Amino acid sequence: MLKVKKINSYYGGAHILHDVSLNVEQGEVVALLGRNGAGKSTTMKSICGLVQPKSGVVEFMGQGMQGKPPYHICRAGIGYVPEERRVFSELTILENLEVGKRSARQDVPQWSHEKLFELFPNLAERRQNLGSQLSGGEQQMLSIARTLMGNPSFILLDEPSEGLAPVIVEQMALAIMELKKQGVTILLSEQNLHFAKLVADRAVILESGFVRYGGTIVELEADEEVRTAYLMV
Amino acid sequence: MGFYLVQLLTGLSNACALFLVASGLTLIFGVTRIVNFSHGSFYMLGAYIAYTLVEQSSGAFGFWGSLLLAGIAVGIIGLIVELIVLKPIYKSPELYQLVATFGVILVIQDLAQWIWGAEDLFGRRAPGFKGENATVDIAGTLMPTYDLAIIAIALSVLGILWFIFNRTRFGILVRAATLDREMVSALGVNQSLLFSGVFFLGSMLAGIGGAVQLPKGGASLLMDFEILSPIFVVVVIGGMGSIWGVFVASILVSVLQAFGVLFFPQSTLVLMFLVMAVVLIFRPWGLYGKEESSTEHAAGEIKEPLREVGSKMKMVFLTIIALLIISPIFLEGYNLNTIIDVLVFCLFAASLHYILGTGGLVSFGHAAFYGGGAYAAALLVTYANTPMELAIFFAPFLAGFVALIIGWFCVRLTGVYFAMLTLAFAQVLWSIVFQWSAVTKGDDGLTDVYPQIITSGSILHYYVVLILAVGGIILLRAMAHTPFGYSLRGGRDSSLRSEAIGMDVKLIQMSSFVFAGAMAGLAGSLFVFTKGSVFPDEMTIARSFDALLMVFLGGVQSLTGPISGAAAFTLLHEWLVQITEYWRGCLGILIICIVILLPNGLAGIGELFRNIFTKTPKEEAAK
Ligand SMILES: Nc1ncnc2c1ncn2[C@@H]1O[C@H](COP(=O)(O)OP(=O)(O)OP(=O)(O)O)[C@@H](O)[C@H]1O
Ligand SMILES: [Mg+2]
Repeated sequence: MLKVKKINSYYGGAHILHDVSLNVEQGEVVALLGRNGAGKSTTMKSICGLVQPKSGVVEFMGQGMQGKPPYHICRAGIGYVPEERRVFSELTILENLEVGKRSARQDVPQWSHEKLFELFPNLAERRQNLGSQLSGGEQQMLSIARTLMGNPSFILLDEPSEGLAPVIVEQMALAIMELKKQGVTILLSEQNLHFAKLVADRAVILESGFVRYGGTIVELEADEEVRTAYLMV
Repeated sequence: MGFYLVQLLTGLSNACALFLVASGLTLIFGVTRIVNFSHGSFYMLGAYIAYTLVEQSSGAFGFWGSLLLAGIAVGIIGLIVELIVLKPIYKSPELYQLVATFGVILVIQDLAQWIWGAEDLFGRRAPGFKGENATVDIAGTLMPTYDLAIIAIALSVLGILWFIFNRTRFGILVRAATLDREMVSALGVNQSLLFSGVFFLGSMLAGIGGAVQLPKGGASLLMDFEILSPIFVVVVIGGMGSIWGVFVASILVSVLQAFGVLFFPQSTLVLMFLVMAVVLIFRPWGLYGKEESSTEHAAGEIKEPLREVGSKMKMVFLTIIALLIISPIFLEGYNLNTIIDVLVFCLFAASLHYILGTGGLVSFGHAAFYGGGAYAAALLVTYANTPMELAIFFAPFLAGFVALIIGWFCVRLTGVYFAMLTLAFAQVLWSIVFQWSAVTKGDDGLTDVYPQIITSGSILHYYVVLILAVGGIILLRAMAHTPFGYSLRGGRDSSLRSEAIGMDVKLIQMSSFVFAGAMAGLAGSLFVFTKGSVFPDEMTIARSFDALLMVFLGGVQSLTGPISGAAAFTLLHEWLVQITEYWRGCLGILIICIVILLPNGLAGIGELFRNIFTKTPKEEAAK
């Protein structure tokens, strides 16, 4: 479904991603793992168009996405949930969802307010609250819900469990599995295996902007050496 | 009692008129982050177009319909300007956008003069608001009814805006984009369309604001610059991007002015800026503004370090200086004066470049120090019997002192906010000079301040200017190459990192601001020294823009930029004035073309050619 081939991304003069390649197949949940500053967020931004790779190819459903503006990539079916959540602080929950709303697409689950409030019941009670009045967990839920309003077939989830209380993390994992069941393909990033092993099928490990490892979660769990080299702090 | 009530209502009416125009400006800034200086021109166009439409209409319906139609027409013009001029430069540094909108101001000014003539036009009174209905008796005091109509119009507009922003998808997207436009685009919204929509709406508000003024004040070619400082003041006070903020600020400023005029009739203009200064001391980002967290584009995006002047370049410089030294032998009178003008502007532009290029702080009000120096010298001669020859040396210190006060407020901010604040303070100074006629002679200016020994136009005069201007420029250059100058650049390139290694970035910026101000003051005093007179014009926004234009034309990359820019600008100006009455429009079009085609100023011509002949300059740059 998504093929990233040898992309190189920069911030100003700093070369961050070095020939990063990865594949995600339809219906999969793939975890992009790596330590602080490994380049996970940069990879996600390079896919959704917020960072333009200087070279390489991003192919989604057989179409080249590199060089396209973010709104175009979003409309092609790639939803992006940023690490910092970036909910619109002065807009209500309903208005936040309105910003993400896009018309229906074929062969992908369609989302409505009500369906999303079922997925994230915490949001339902607070629909008229402003983004700035939400807790970290609620903001994360809203950010995901907002992206789902675009009816994506594929979503990029940047560290969905970061900074959340254990109960909320569990809730998040359930939500992600529900999304997967509904047929949404997911690439999520995490710093470690704890959360990833709950939801992901495969893992790709980044270090200093290089891809260091690719394999199933089960294989990775068994591979002590790789884990100590690239994941343990 | 009735008197105070009427005063209050008048204040509110002025507030509403101001709000109509300023709301459009803040809206455009909030979403596109463009500081649209041509907003005042759209306001002016609103009045002119309304004039033409009203003349051809009849009845109440025709009259009010004309005002609305004028607003829509201006909205469309705004949209066209956005598509042609601004769309290509959204990602460019602020300076470029400023220069482009300045170009638009010039073009619209000449276009308006061409279509409607230079004479002021007086519009028809509004039907139902003339004759015996023109005023209403409020507890014994008469109040123009049309002023009340303006309140009603503005409140309706506020209501409509509220509806748009809270009940329509477009409005919600606009509010979201004001908060985080990148995220909005990642959610699938085509920014380009959104920007165009916002530009249409914002320009339309300016147009309606202008049209509404027609029955009150008519239409004139001065409207564009006249409205600029009030709308910028309220936008800054309210917090840039906040519609509600601009409404509150308009009321605050206008009501205070309505009562202030009773107590200090001479200082109505200054009062407005005083309010702004007070608000900004406590809330640097305005009443409802938020601190700008991400600086999306730096002032000039100058990545290269200052290069040492190559030996070739040194030769060129020495040759030019040698030519300047011997030029009195074969030039005289008019031509020599042109060279003097160029030299003065070179120093002025170089001083702006010091703070803008080296410091990364885009000052929109540099004329404050140029005019400040000019007035300082002229005032010393007029009131303290100082010989002009001596006054030249005091002027930079006084200009530097002014820069110290203004800088204290301004360097706390960065980016557009810094720019706006410097502009506003320059306007404070201008309004003081303009209104304090007991001392400054107001609009009549200070005249007859010629030097006593060195007669104007003499060769000695020429050499004094030459030495001081070139000396000032060399001083500016030398300063940029001291450790102090390096740390200023450090603050520009990475203020966090500089602070982390223990530099007091703000203090360094502050002293540089003062130094640049002093050098501009020197240029100003040389101006008086040459002309023997000074008028408030030397402090206007237009003069600050001239300097920015010169720096822009030459390119911000190196000090050769402002110098060649000043020379090119002055000569171009002289030439255009000679060949056409519509030199402003020509200059405007030229500027716009340069901004769009040569993103590095005239110095970028070489680069343009290189870009054409080598296919992938960016990739090379990355290597
Ligand atoms: N806007 C930026 N400008 C310059 N450098 C940046 C920027 N954003 C990230 N970087 C640098 O790029 C590198 C990769 O950052 P990135 O955010 O992709 O890492 P990450 O794997 O997401 O880390 P984390 O787990 O902390 O979120 C880091 O060295 C970081 O310092
Ligand atoms: Mg990250």
